[in-house]
Amino acid sequence: MKPRLLEIKQGVLSKNDELAAGLRQRFAEAQVFVLNLVSSPGAGKTTFLQQTLVGLRQRGYSVAALVGDLETDNDAQRLAQSGAPVKQIVTAGNCHLEAQMIETFIEDWDLTRFDFLFIENVGNLVCPSSYDLGEAMRVVLLSTTEGEDKPLKYPPMFFSSDLAVITKIDIADAVEFDRQAALTNLERVHPGIPVLEVSAKKDIGMEAWLDLLAQRLEAFRAVETVTD
Amino acid sequence: MHELSIALNLIEIAETAAHNAGAARVETVYLKLGVFSGVVKEALFFAYDTATKGTLLEGSRLEIEDVPLVVYCPTCQQEVELPSIQQFQCPVCGTPAAEIRRGTELELTTMEIMSDETETA
Ligand SMILES: Nc1nc2c(ncn2[C@@H]2O[C@H](COP(=O)(O)OP(=O)(O)OP(=O)(O)O)[C@@H](O)[C@H]2O)c(=O)[nH]1
Ligand SMILES: [Mg+2]
Ligand SMILES: [Zn+2]
Repeated sequence: MKPRLLEIKQGVLSKNDELAAGLRQRFAEAQVFVLNLVSSPGAGKTTFLQQTLVGLRQRGYSVAALVGDLETDNDAQRLAQSGAPVKQIVTAGNCHLEAQMIETFIEDWDLTRFDFLFIENVGNLVCPSSYDLGEAMRVVLLSTTEGEDKPLKYPPMFFSSDLAVITKIDIADAVEFDRQAALTNLERVHPGIPVLEVSAKKDIGMEAWLDLLAQRLEAFRAVETVTD
Repeated sequence: MHELSIALNLIEIAETAAHNAGAARVETVYLKLGVFSGVVKEALFFAYDTATKGTLLEGSRLEIEDVPLVVYCPTCQQEVELPSIQQFQCPVCGTPAAEIRRGTELELTTMEIMSDETETA
């Protein structure tokens, strides 16, 4: 027996990255704008997404959603009330979604039918940051009830997101939410990150969010058309 | 705890490579781990020891090289190491700097394997 060095030089998550790149290509071809929603548990992803699906449908867009959860399909049932096609991905203990799961669950969907596909990730501010799902936009939610220092505790998640949405703004005063501190912390870990403030419950700031989505979809399609 | 799934990915890559190289067993696995990879080192060590049981990597050592967070500062026009992952700001001139150059690595670089002399090319 003899010791020997083997050079490998391979990213540990390279398999997920490759699958995600393939998905991104498919989404581009189908001209569907895909968003990955991440947050800590209970920050309001499902509530926000439900109102988003309703709002986009009212504006005439075709939308769909995948929702990851550790155990139940409660979130999918809530989202399906919007009338949009929704599928639950039960991760059975896995604390994040992976590209492979997305690939499996969109298999029987004709993506060209959709303008937007939303993916609600498992509530967790750590693990999902490492797993690209092929999304065009990653949105991190931060609720007024969970402390303004979340960005400092989970920098990779906030850095890797393209937009931050502060949720439950309707109860900001009651929970003594320090808005300036939250904005400062977001800026520290992600200089220039755009921030929206909303309440899905009280319908505050939702129009601005829907406007932003409409603009992003248009920009996305303009680029995809040019490269074709 | 995604360190377990990270460890499983790592082991899969390492075992395949070891197998292809005709290794009888793996001695050491060298990993580059960026401080901004989102992976907790201690948790990864723990997961590694557990998940290597019954594989070619059982009993092997995981050797981790920490990679600091390095960004490009547009004002200084050079790469600078950030002292904290909580503040994307050039420590020299104070400019916000978010163009990461190093520090997100999660890469299996090298492995030390044991193989029969007859099998080595
Ligand atoms: N006051 C207020 N409460 C909200 C708002 N949005 C969500 N909530 C409440 O916050 C709780 C969690 O909301 P969800 O939408 O289920 O949160 P989630 O992020 O999907 O949770 P997980 O999927 O379990 O991680 C529920 O009790 C909601 O009613 C809001 O805008 N204002
Ligand atoms: Mg939910
Ligand atoms: Zn500088």
